[in-house]
Amino acid sequence: MRAMNPDPSAPVLDLSGIHKAFPGVKALSDVRLRLFPGEVHALMGQNGAGKSTLIKVLTGLYTPDAGSITLDGQPIAPKRTEDAQALGIRTVYQEVNLCPNLSVAENICAGRFPRTPWWSGGRIDWPAVHAEARRVLGQMDLDIDVTQPLSRYSLSIQQMVAIARALRISARVLILDEPTSSLDDAAVQRLFTVLRRLRDQGLAILFVTHFLDQTYALADRITIMRNGETEGEYLAADLSRLALVNKMVGAPPDQQPTRLDSQAPATGEPVLRATGLARQGALQPLDLALRRGEVLGLAGLLGSGRTEAARLLFGADTADAGELHVGGRSGRWRSPREAIAAGLAFCSEDRKHEGAILDLSVRDNILLALQARAGLRLVLSREQQQALADDYIQRLGIKTASADTPIGQLSGGNQQKALLARWLATEPAVLILDEPTRGIDVRAKEDLMDAVRALAHKADGSGMALLFISSELPEVLHCSDRVLVMRDRRAAGTYARGELDERSVLEVIAAEPTAA
Amino acid sequence: MSTRPTGPKAWHHPLARPLAALILLLAVAAVSVPGFLHLEIKDGHLYGNLVDILHRAAPLMLAALGMTLVIATRGIDVSVGAVVAIAGTVACALVSTYGVAVAFAAALGAALLCGLWNGLLVSALGLQPIIATLILMVAGRGLAQLITDGQILTVYEPASFFWLGGGWLLGLPVSLFVVATVAGLTALLMRRTALGLFIQTVGINPVAARLAGVHTAAIVFFVYVYCSLGAGLAGLMVASNIKSADANNAGLLLELDAILAVTLGGGQLSGGKFSLLGSLIGALIIQTLTSTIYALGVPPQVTMVVKAVVVFAVCISQSSAWSSWRKA
Amino acid sequence: MSQRLRALTGAPAFTTWVSVALMALLFIAGAASYTGFASLQVVLNLLIDNAFLLVIAVGMSFVILSGGIDLSVGSVLALTTMVAAWLLQVAHWPAEAVIPLVLLGGALFGALQGLVIHVFRLQPFIVTLAGMFLARGLCFLISVDSITIDAPLFVALSQTQIPLFGGAFLSPGAVIALAVLAAGVWAAQATAFGRTVYALGGNETSALMMGLPVGRTKVAVYALSGGCASLAGLLFAFYMLSGYGQHGQGVELDAIAAVVIGGTVLTGGYGYVAGALSGVLVLGLIQTLIAFDGTLSSWWTKIVIGALLFVFCAVQRLLSLKKAHP
Repeated sequence: MRAMNPDPSAPVLDLSGIHKAFPGVKALSDVRLRLFPGEVHALMGQNGAGKSTLIKVLTGLYTPDAGSITLDGQPIAPKRTEDAQALGIRTVYQEVNLCPNLSVAENICAGRFPRTPWWSGGRIDWPAVHAEARRVLGQMDLDIDVTQPLSRYSLSIQQMVAIARALRISARVLILDEPTSSLDDAAVQRLFTVLRRLRDQGLAILFVTHFLDQTYALADRITIMRNGETEGEYLAADLSRLALVNKMVGAPPDQQPTRLDSQAPATGEPVLRATGLARQGALQPLDLALRRGEVLGLAGLLGSGRTEAARLLFGADTADAGELHVGGRSGRWRSPREAIAAGLAFCSEDRKHEGAILDLSVRDNILLALQARAGLRLVLSREQQQALADDYIQRLGIKTASADTPIGQLSGGNQQKALLARWLATEPAVLILDEPTRGIDVRAKEDLMDAVRALAHKADGSGMALLFISSELPEVLHCSDRVLVMRDRRAAGTYARGELDERSVLEVIAAEPTAA
Repeated sequence: MSTRPTGPKAWHHPLARPLAALILLLAVAAVSVPGFLHLEIKDGHLYGNLVDILHRAAPLMLAALGMTLVIATRGIDVSVGAVVAIAGTVACALVSTYGVAVAFAAALGAALLCGLWNGLLVSALGLQPIIATLILMVAGRGLAQLITDGQILTVYEPASFFWLGGGWLLGLPVSLFVVATVAGLTALLMRRTALGLFIQTVGINPVAARLAGVHTAAIVFFVYVYCSLGAGLAGLMVASNIKSADANNAGLLLELDAILAVTLGGGQLSGGKFSLLGSLIGALIIQTLTSTIYALGVPPQVTMVVKAVVVFAVCISQSSAWSSWRKA
Repeated sequence: MSQRLRALTGAPAFTTWVSVALMALLFIAGAASYTGFASLQVVLNLLIDNAFLLVIAVGMSFVILSGGIDLSVGSVLALTTMVAAWLLQVAHWPAEAVIPLVLLGGALFGALQGLVIHVFRLQPFIVTLAGMFLARGLCFLISVDSITIDAPLFVALSQTQIPLFGGAFLSPGAVIALAVLAAGVWAAQATAFGRTVYALGGNETSALMMGLPVGRTKVAVYALSGGCASLAGLLFAFYMLSGYGQHGQGVELDAIAAVVIGGTVLTGGYGYVAGALSGVLVLGLIQTLIAFDGTLSSWWTKIVIGALLFVFCAVQRLLSLKKAHP
């Protein structure tokens, strides 16, 4: 990796005016990005900000509708991944895109094997392959047995191998897309050492992340994206953590803080309690208590572990440690069925892959969880099924031609409402909602959340316990009785209503981790 | 059964295309073979090509019913032919010593064991369905040949043995009533219990199904057991009809016919919504094709080529690549 | 102790070594039980009788390593014998022209299947299942009865015995099969094509993202399988001196069993082409042992093969589960 750019003040890669739209959705709008040699540039933003779309434009998977991309001042327009690679733009993704059954050396050299001369057969020169792999890894100060299959090694080593592959042929730009999401602290440090070394050799590195600590540890420059637009480009040294979080989440600093009117805190035994709930690579030990008649909000940035916590509480993932206490029994769920039988319900944030059964009707989708809990015997007669479905369609304002319409034909927001109806129909004791208002327009959001809150705050005390996750802070604060703030996969503090406003939550999220 | 779409046009009904194909095929047959549609009553029995088609298609229809459910869960069962052979040989081997009732019960019991085996491999061990059922496909015929010791077991008596596959009831072959009963019971099971809903859910989105609390492992296990039972009954019907058990040839290549019947009836190999009636129509299409070719005097091996071409055409038309190419 | 056990079972060659051990075990059992078993010629006869299966298994190894499956090979074998017999006996073509033509035809048939699988993103088993029916149907379209071959080249190859040391001999078919095996082993280890096959079987999406020629390799793999099937058809024709639509019934299952028992994992990416040899020999030994025994009917072969298939698949599955959750 020779520093090829003679003028260190000119960007290696310069994107400007990038527009990209899909049917019904404007993904990128007038986006700017500049990468300089010898710099680590962090690209940050919440879910839906447009980061992954921008990366796909850079790597040739998408073609922008408008705008220009220049490399060393020359305009480029990669149409396929091979084009971008040929230009020297290398990408390493979060899922290590290598073949676990092949050796480390082979993963590094695949596609461009050194060969023996033609007069001795023209076959792959394995000793040269191994030597080459050792050389590239040596540049990253990594010394491992390159003849072993890749699957033998930990994920962090695999990621290094992916980077080594990306760098083996001269690269101008290295893009790392969320590389640390599955790594522990030690592995992250190893990765950063390698990246600093590469940066010092003159490489331009684009580092997509949502971890604040890591950004400040590594990045020289930060670009923030929000709602498909570039919010701004800053030098890391000039941007405070609070300002960064503010810009990512988007509440203008001078807006009237959402004051929460106080409500008597719920009392009584928790209907669901978690102690030390943890899962390797997903969640640090977490304690949590949910009471009937109470809404507990989980606030935090993307990647802070909120969804992971919800999935562990519901049994969608199995925990490695900790216990759940519900109904007098303690243990860990082995499957969602056990959790549902105990009175839990979980409305996933990924409605497309984890929620909607697309070809089935709205009615069947609404009745599914209720029926699944009851087993094979039809729990309601046909008329009762119809009545129940119609009731929820009306109550939640689901826009559909009829209850028989396949749910896949509904808009995203209406699908979301139908899935919410699915879980409400089971009349759970504990309802976990992960981004329930995503895709619903602003007016409907308020109504929906008021309706949901009413489910908890029943006057006779028979209300549900609600766990409410949302990336939109004003929403979390407006709806919750208590707020658990999460940061970097662990709890950062629990606060009761009245103790918090939006600004203070942002401060908690942005705060430097105290020495443990 | 499939949910009716809200559009008024009859063509959009999921059964429209298979039914049209069947009617077209019958029309071609009627034109090419004089007297093809002729029906007559002799000795109180209804005879004719149409009755013959229904009767000969009966074992395939039984196999196709089970295969429909397996394919709906995104699985496949290539061992149905072997199960047909096993059931037939068990029945023929036992009937002279133990009587018809025991022989039939034992045959169905053997089919049940096959289904349990397949179900365990796919659902508990997690083997891919093609691999899991391939094992029984290989070993199953060996088992059947072991029972018959390589001979063809012929059954001469009791006469009640032949009633299932060759008897008559109310002027029509018994096999029709058996198929109608099984199809009716299956349909009832699918609609009157939540099984139909669960099977479709598992096939459309197994991840979401699990999160919604559906017992996906049990559902998958069930469909393989059901499929083998259907194949076992088909085997009994075949053995009863030809009055013998041929371990080598009974149910040969039935797998492809069953898969073809399901896809012709509109079922997607990728799983999800299914139509029992559609699969029955698909089986009838296959049998009509075979009978027409036979009646035309064309060598029967031509059907193999035609079936292969149809499978290619149906699979390609169902593939996502094809539909995105058409949209472009 | 369990650390070493884990390292042992985790090694990529583990199932291959198990298969070799099984082969040795069977041979020792035979030698101990029956006189005349422990002779070189017995082993060589295994190769002579199963030369065609070895060739098919080599092609099948590549397909399975790439993560696919090819159910059409037995039918392509039969079609090759039928086309060759017809061209030789009815159209009176010279053998020198027939042989390259049918080889090309087999490869083309396979390539077409591979193309359909790749372009339309269909599952290999359904495409090759239909291909199986197509090929066999075409056989019977050419002729329902068998056609005897009396072309001099074929007859000569049928009767030739290639002498080895100590009075033992091999057939030309067996020599060809061994050559194909050697070529296959070489291609898998030393060519980019072979390594891409392994990459495909390991993780197709990754292979695509790594910029490997996924489409070309997929089509080539099925073309190779088809070419091996037609070569096997020729060897079969040398052996049987006839073309017949019923040749090779069930050969595809035998080939798959040989490949799996030889240590290749059915889900792809793991295994060695050399395992085809130990797999074929295991199958052959089982058949020979049962024949030597005399009391067991030959149907036991199918049952034993099915049982072995189950054991190997189950073990492979359990080992892969262990790898995911150590």
